[in-house]
Amino acid sequence: MDFTPLYLSGKLAFVSTFFLIILAAPIAYTFAYRRFAGKAFLEALINLPLALPPTVLGFYLLVVMGPNGWMGRTWEAVTGSSLVFTFAGIVIASIVSSFPFAIQPMKAAFEKIDRSMLESAYVLGLSPLATFLRVIIPNSISGVTAAAILVFIHSIGAFGVLLMVGGSIPGETKVVSIAIYEAVESLAYREAGLMCLVLIPIGYSFLLLLNLITRRSRAWN
Amino acid sequence: MELKISVKKRLPSFELDVAFSCSSDKLLVLIGPSGAGKTTIIRMLAGLDKPDEGTITFDGETWLDTERGIFVPPQKRQLGYVFQDYPLFPHLNVQKNVAFAAQDEICVEDLMKRFGIWHLKNRKVAMISGGERQRCAICQNLARGPRVLLLDEPFSALDAVTRKTLRTEIKQLKGELRIPIIHVTHDISEATQLGDELLSIVQGRIVPRWLFQFRLKALSFRRRAGIEDIWGQNDTYNDNLEVSSL
Repeated sequence: MDFTPLYLSGKLAFVSTFFLIILAAPIAYTFAYRRFAGKAFLEALINLPLALPPTVLGFYLLVVMGPNGWMGRTWEAVTGSSLVFTFAGIVIASIVSSFPFAIQPMKAAFEKIDRSMLESAYVLGLSPLATFLRVIIPNSISGVTAAAILVFIHSIGAFGVLLMVGGSIPGETKVVSIAIYEAVESLAYREAGLMCLVLIPIGYSFLLLLNLITRRSRAWN
Repeated sequence: MELKISVKKRLPSFELDVAFSCSSDKLLVLIGPSGAGKTTIIRMLAGLDKPDEGTITFDGETWLDTERGIFVPPQKRQLGYVFQDYPLFPHLNVQKNVAFAAQDEICVEDLMKRFGIWHLKNRKVAMISGGERQRCAICQNLARGPRVLLLDEPFSALDAVTRKTLRTEIKQLKGELRIPIIHVTHDISEATQLGDELLSIVQGRIVPRWLFQFRLKALSFRRRAGIEDIWGQNDTYNDNLEVSSL
């Protein structure tokens, strides 16, 4: 069995989770604490990947990230290479499609924090950024971890959006979900079955971990 | 050093309109019924709420001037604010809570010893009692070296004995700190025991006669109850005498 697709999926999940948590935390903070015009529209837009077939999202990402799209052109101008059909391309696609999975648990965890605790931090001299790092994040660690686990699992399981944006280039964009699909297409059921078998305990153990964190968080509260 | 405030703010059921000052060696008590606007005043002093118009100055420094568009955020006012529900940081132990914004570690230890919570230094705040949490909140604010101390009904959730002990501690502290202290309460005995000056706030206005009228009601209440200490000098009776009880 070729382990490269599994390794690639793991790498994609780690990289996507890392960047997405950093990107999503300030957005979740804004949704949890700030009031502004058009907030509901923006929230719905960020959650749109949940309501769309992955191929639809993949299609629009392909358009934007392609050689004629603004993102693709910018990327090419900066790095000198194309964005679609590369590992970087599927990382971006994975981040966009997993955005709601990062935002929702973090936003819920931030909203649970007592407002007077934040006000107390301000009076004690902490800036909003320092309050975020020293008070909000340590007290929402279960929400942040839950978000990271959900994003990781979702990135491992992503298929349609990655196929649209990355195709199936071995060692570059051929992640395990695509490798399984291709193995089945070429009637290599044994190889497909083995890869499926590896994914089950990974997904299951992450869900168990998520369950444990949720329980601990409830007990703590 | 003098703290001066003159503010107006439209609240849902009345307009808050107050002006007063507090000098550095005074403990000013804001007293009045619940919902009179006392906490709003304290929050405006702390910079957590903005008035519709007015000014707040401290020692010649302008913290707020709505006409000139000046607003100094709470972070820059360097004050201590002990909230009614004393929100401590649950992810930190007692010592780290006190040291959260402290100037130095020695001051943290001294304060914790003085307020009798040094032995709890490694405990998480969820594992200590209400009175200990309140002591921790007071230490946390004092460790910062505040220029003004704001106390918003700090003893309201405590039992009578703990309340009495903490009152004594605040009274002692008052003499040493030499900074303006503003204490909000609706407990008449707490107000008379601690305050150098009392300011009655009713429906967003300073009503000097309110306290007198309140005392008259208290007098009649005490007579009916057969209590001889009609002016509330005795703590035993006073601990149960709150504005809401009349």
